[in-house]
Amino acid sequence: MPIKVGIPSALLFYDYYPLWITFFEELGADVIVSKNTNKEIVDMGIKNTVDEACLPVKVFHGHVLDLKNKVDLIFIPRITSVSKYEYICPKFCGLPEMIKYSIKDLPEIIDTNIDFRKSKKNLNRTVMEIGGYITKDVKKIKNAFEIAMKEYSRYKDLIKKGFLPIDTLKKDIYSKGDFFRGKAKVLLLGHPYNIYDPHISMDLVQKLRKHNLTVVTCESFCEEAMNEKAATLDKKMFWSFGRKILGTVLSAIKNDEICGIIYLSSFGCGLDSVIGDIAERRIRRDSNKPFTLLTIDEHTGEAGVDTRIEAFVDMIKWRDEHENNLSPHRKFIHSN
Amino acid sequence: MKITFPHMGNTYIALKVIFEELGAEVVIPPKCNKNTLELGTLYSPELMCIPFKITVGNYLESIEKGADTMFMWGGCDVCRIGYYNTLQKDILQSLGYEIQMFCLEPMKNINDVKNFLKKLSFVSGSKNYIKVLPIFIKGLRTLYEIDELDDLVIKIRPRELNRGAVDRLYSSFKEDVNNANGYKSIVETIRRYKEKLLKIEIDKDKEVLRVGIVGEIYTVVEPFINQYLIERLGNMGVEVHRSVTSSEFIKEQLDFIPFLKSDKEEVHRGAKPYLNTEIGGHARHTVGNTVLYSEKNYDGVIHLMPFTCMPEIVAGSILSIVEKDKDIPILKLVLDEMTGESGYLTRIEAFIDLLLNRRESKFYERDISWS
Repeated sequence: MPIKVGIPSALLFYDYYPLWITFFEELGADVIVSKNTNKEIVDMGIKNTVDEACLPVKVFHGHVLDLKNKVDLIFIPRITSVSKYEYICPKFCGLPEMIKYSIKDLPEIIDTNIDFRKSKKNLNRTVMEIGGYITKDVKKIKNAFEIAMKEYSRYKDLIKKGFLPIDTLKKDIYSKGDFFRGKAKVLLLGHPYNIYDPHISMDLVQKLRKHNLTVVTCESFCEEAMNEKAATLDKKMFWSFGRKILGTVLSAIKNDEICGIIYLSSFGCGLDSVIGDIAERRIRRDSNKPFTLLTIDEHTGEAGVDTRIEAFVDMIKWRDEHENNLSPHRKFIHSN
Repeated sequence: MKITFPHMGNTYIALKVIFEELGAEVVIPPKCNKNTLELGTLYSPELMCIPFKITVGNYLESIEKGADTMFMWGGCDVCRIGYYNTLQKDILQSLGYEIQMFCLEPMKNINDVKNFLKKLSFVSGSKNYIKVLPIFIKGLRTLYEIDELDDLVIKIRPRELNRGAVDRLYSSFKEDVNNANGYKSIVETIRRYKEKLLKIEIDKDKEVLRVGIVGEIYTVVEPFINQYLIERLGNMGVEVHRSVTSSEFIKEQLDFIPFLKSDKEEVHRGAKPYLNTEIGGHARHTVGNTVLYSEKNYDGVIHLMPFTCMPEIVAGSILSIVEKDKDIPILKLVLDEMTGESGYLTRIEAFIDLLLNRRESKFYERDISWS
């Protein structure tokens, strides 16, 4: 019987899932992904995490609990850094410990340290270490990683085309070609695990699409332009998320197609308190694009968020209708 | 040039020595108070951690007193403190203040020390950074002297015979040291008060509770933000030990220099079974020191952290296991601008009561089991 590997579908899952799933499947393991986030998972997570942690981390605990009795191995890598001289977040560095000491009777954890802060030299060793949990066959691991990387780059191409991870997760992504229906583009900022998890974000992406808006995120922006813009910051942004978001903001400010910016932040997120503030200051100073910050946590009511989204969309649409035809002759600009 | 820096406990005395010796005019911000906090909270991002808000408040109050140059330390990589100075500069600029800011970056080798000294020499207006080195060392010495004095204070306070004797002496020390100028007279003041402290009558045989304090350095060191916790515990008859102090922190930063020894390795050894990697801030120290306190038979540990502090959240979730493994009670106190005094006090008192009862029952257990 093949080994069952569990992958919690939370946190960086949305960035890397084709890579992770294909890799373990190619190694001959049986991959079990936790259920989509639901009320039960959130509640379980909240009960088992320290009170001060942010919502995504609590949800992650819930996903691990969902997998607990179903699998032989759980994949919770310690993702310290994926880019040179940058970090992800302190909580990611301590995630395996947080899980280990908060949840009892867990199956074995794959807690390999993924750290490319100094260089990517140890990539090979990292891959071998992770693969080593399944098989000792070095060739097989190498092969599996190659196939997984191919799958991953296919996925990245799709993202570049403007699909979002939630679209690619559906089997027939091309059948519903109405993602790019609206002319007006809204930039949705925030951590991928907040934006792309429909339960956490309260289906924000679909809600915006229903208003005939195209949703773009950091992932669909040109990376070179993003890096170039991020390099103009006063001090190097040492969080990968931060560099991505601020780079996107700086290039979006100059982009006329984007008619509104929404920042989705989770309550208590240390990174967002800095990044969100810098983003807001830049947007207000250098552009006249509408900006709103939505903060979510486990207590957030959906109705309040809906109202704010609707108000935001109205603002964009009214601008489109009235802003450009200001009368110089002191006539009413509204029809009634 | 009128230079200012944020408050962090008593570090201002050492910084005052350094900048005065460099020949700059120093503006010390008013002691942290409610106004500082309110000003800082008003202009800072909402979910920012409390040290940032207080620091902004300090700057604004200093600017009112005429300061035009800010000194700030940028911290250890993963945590938010690395971006403090950039954001603070932005905030002050958007408020219309044209100020200059220079920053102490974490030092990893001799070259970084050199760069820092070069920055310092810019303050004094001379280009010779070698001349700055002795001044920097004077500052460090002052820092050690102050921390020694503080350690002495928290040792003597629970044992004093005349209640309030230490506090009275300490407040007159604060006054004297603020009026003193230059390295010589400041160090002299500190030493004079050390002698005075040793003369205070104490009850040598008093059995006092021993509590260790772990957590994020700013909340441990700055009494305004931890609601004068150390003073309060001392007056309740508890001997406190601070696991992180400014002088120890600097020692750890500079311990690549051969003759400087810090307790870092010992702390890392303690943390090893639970957290064997650096995750930013003082998380590893929090875990390590808690283990060390349990090994030294402390009665309890108080864990201080600012609200939303990322490394300490991880540490906090690990501490819940350490508490059970090592059988040592831990009280976690989360601090921010909303912290109310009475709720806080009640929790501390309850914790101390618990520790007293535990000690008593342990005492009985020992007596009853013939060993």
